[in-house]
Amino acid sequence: MAGIYAVFALGLNVHWGYTGLFNIGIAGFFALGAYTAALLTSPAADPLLFEEFVFAGDWAQLGILDLGIDLWFVLALAAAGAACGVVALLIGYVTLRLNDDYLAIATLGIAESVRLFFLNEKWVANGSKGLYQIPQFLEGWLPSDKYNYLYMVVVIVVLAVLFALVQRVMKSPWGRVLRAIREDEVATAASGKNVFSFKLQAFVLGAVIMGVGGALFAHHIRFVSPLTFDPLLGTFIIWAMLMVGGSGNNLGAILGAFVVWGLWVGARFLPGELADPNFRFFMVGVLIVAVILLRPGGILGELRRVTRGRAGRSAVRLDDG
Amino acid sequence: MAAREVTQGWIPAFAGMTRGFGKGLPKGEGVGRGLRALRAAVQRLRATWSPGYAVAAAVAALFVLGFLPFVKMGLVVNGFVLGAIIATGAIGLTLIYGNLNFANIAHGDYMAMGAYVAFFVVTDLLAAVGIQGQGFGPFTFGYPLLIALPLAAAAVALGAVVLDVVVYRRLRNRQVNAVVMAMASLGLAIAVRGLIQIIWTGEKLQLPRESRQVYHLPMDIRIPPDSIFIAGLAVVLVVGVYVLLTRTKIGKAMRATADNPDLARVTGIPTERVIWATWAIGGGLAAIAGVLLAVFQAQLLPSMGWEFLIPLFAAVILGGIGNPYGALVGALVIGVSMEVSTQWITPSYKHAVAFIIMIVLLLARPRGLLGRSN
Amino acid sequence: MALLEARDIVAGYGETQILHGVSLVVNEGEIVTIIGPNGCGKSTFMKSVVGLVQVRTGSVTFRGADITAYPPERVVRTGLCYVPQSANVFPSLSIRENLEMGAFIRGDDGRARIDEMFGLFPDLARRPTARAGSLSGGQRQMLALARALMLDPVLLLLDEPSAGLSPAIMGLVFERIRDINATGVALLLVEQQAREALRLSDRGYVLSGGENRLEDRGPALLDNPEVARLYLGG
Repeated sequence: MAGIYAVFALGLNVHWGYTGLFNIGIAGFFALGAYTAALLTSPAADPLLFEEFVFAGDWAQLGILDLGIDLWFVLALAAAGAACGVVALLIGYVTLRLNDDYLAIATLGIAESVRLFFLNEKWVANGSKGLYQIPQFLEGWLPSDKYNYLYMVVVIVVLAVLFALVQRVMKSPWGRVLRAIREDEVATAASGKNVFSFKLQAFVLGAVIMGVGGALFAHHIRFVSPLTFDPLLGTFIIWAMLMVGGSGNNLGAILGAFVVWGLWVGARFLPGELADPNFRFFMVGVLIVAVILLRPGGILGELRRVTRGRAGRSAVRLDDG
Repeated sequence: MAAREVTQGWIPAFAGMTRGFGKGLPKGEGVGRGLRALRAAVQRLRATWSPGYAVAAAVAALFVLGFLPFVKMGLVVNGFVLGAIIATGAIGLTLIYGNLNFANIAHGDYMAMGAYVAFFVVTDLLAAVGIQGQGFGPFTFGYPLLIALPLAAAAVALGAVVLDVVVYRRLRNRQVNAVVMAMASLGLAIAVRGLIQIIWTGEKLQLPRESRQVYHLPMDIRIPPDSIFIAGLAVVLVVGVYVLLTRTKIGKAMRATADNPDLARVTGIPTERVIWATWAIGGGLAAIAGVLLAVFQAQLLPSMGWEFLIPLFAAVILGGIGNPYGALVGALVIGVSMEVSTQWITPSYKHAVAFIIMIVLLLARPRGLLGRSN
Repeated sequence: MALLEARDIVAGYGETQILHGVSLVVNEGEIVTIIGPNGCGKSTFMKSVVGLVQVRTGSVTFRGADITAYPPERVVRTGLCYVPQSANVFPSLSIRENLEMGAFIRGDDGRARIDEMFGLFPDLARRPTARAGSLSGGQRQMLALARALMLDPVLLLLDEPSAGLSPAIMGLVFERIRDINATGVALLLVEQQAREALRLSDRGYVLSGGENRLEDRGPALLDNPEVARLYLGG
């Protein structure tokens, strides 16, 4: 689970940590990825639903072809990523030209719209009841009680691949431009870079990663419903992970995911009031604020490759690791 | 010589017109005074005039006229009530946006907090001292709610100021950029909601209410009396904010700070105090909006504020960030659109409607309907 | 007696240091002008005096008090007012409201002073309800001056009051500056229009690369061949 969240933290790191894009609708991409994967790999839940697919036009054609056929898992991940990428492309195209704050509101809007869509359009995904019995990757190789170990390996492999990818990309000249945009958009534009296009690419890349995360999630839990993707577990906690681990640092993002998820799960075993999920909810918020106030760089902070400081305090970060 | 030339710049045509207009009319004492007042009003209008207002008026008129024949009037009326609630929240939000220059993502949760504080005052505090009452006049709620309203507003206003001192001021002094401020407000949004859930659990709650007769008006309009209360209170608040911003020293200082914070400081305006005033007003309005929303929806949920963020921001952006009058217009447009949309699409898509209007508008007019060009 | 004394001011933004030790004195009732090439730190110097830019080392003394670390809203209270180069009025406020804001920290409501300002700047009195954003450049500059004068300052700092104005209006602004000075207010100007400004100044400073280069009486600087060659365009 922490591994899956680490994937999201990585995706968010591409948005916020590297490019400074403020996405508060992670849950939307989360849900979209999960649903895409679930729909592509699930057998039709019941004949009635199948009928509806037939009448629903082009989109459903895809459904008919794939329904009941155990699609190759990797393809599902790719499709989930692609779906998120397309949505990100559309929404980014509209909002990335504008003020940063608009993006935040727009992503919030996407998250809400995606949720409402899956909640209300029962023909797509069974409405509020959700999809269940989503098949798992390599199901049957191992007895079900051991299966989680196998899946853990799968998640770690995917995470490692994505980590290597993001790491590589961010070291490339392309990644340097992104960081430059985060530091000073105007100067970057002045040096002849098409800021909008770079931001859009980064937004899409991050969204694709989130989509993959969503797909991994769907195959792990084997159940998706609109209620799964509430803002807390779908968005807030991922922010906490990135902030704690250190935005702008991929290792930090992954570390943050494990630390925060560990705290989250571990808190269940605390005595009395402290185990209350509402209290944990509260603490997620406090944690984010505390990190911003006290340790803007997170645990790891960003390894500075460019020796240029930002105005103000942010230069403090890499003091003592 | 040179001084003459400068004066030529003063929109001479228009000024001349009003002057001529006054001359050509009989000079009865009363008429003259009336005319002077009229001319002053025209002048004031001209002073605040911008092309944005014309566009906004045109859009609003088209909007109303174009849809009127197909729309159930009841939904429109409902939309105005919803719009009034959005406006109450959005005006505070846009003031904060304008003055502090960041999107306060916790605004929705401030609203929810207001609703819950009012709930606490009504069901625990006042009930404990024996003040109880249901069905005040024609309304579903009891008069204790009227006591709870200002208390909730004061509590949230105070909370907003305290959070500013504890969190935002420190970030301001560090001169972080707007997105980090918004980030902090996201953290606070989560914390506030968590606090609500700790105290009042995550379950649905209801204010004590009594069922009441709905007013029937011609054209098949039905208005619950509560809606009249909501709209009335919103109007009072909007007028109050207008008076505050245009007539009081602190209100003018708020507008000045929104225009140019550095200039405000070198002018001697205590910007920190102005910021506190902004938080207090924004927080108080948010709390009241939260209570009104709770009355409108007849329930309280911890997520009610977070979910209300989309219409709030849609209204703010529609009206042009930092412009309270714009936020008012935006709120009414959004409110009516949301309600009227339910005639054709599932009501649960309401928020998506607000979102889509916002996106379309951003494409067409990135600075909002009333947005200034600068 | 020195009214304002800045000693070895070092200041800048972020990691960039712009002023490397600037010293300057303004005496009571004087007009002093700072000239120098673009980017030499003239505006930064003014901002560090009023507290908008933090002074790293060095000190600013005004009327005997050390105001180096004062925030801008406190500097104003000491009788030192500042008019920035651009964006020096509140565009969405009316003329009258701009002046009221100028009087924010006055004990009274400033009504009498506003009338005085309307007397000094008759243009402004014509349409007191007009939004400052709708004014022409010259009118804005007048309004900015009037706003700064609302507090009866002892010293007025003007950052390029003539920037972006037509020659005729520029002349008018300089005329007003002379009027203001005649009432006993000392002025410190930063000017691109070096010739004009030095002509009406008691003394002038030449800044270059964030350091003092020359200091002399205004007319003397005008006659200085080096200054003429470097900054006055020959």
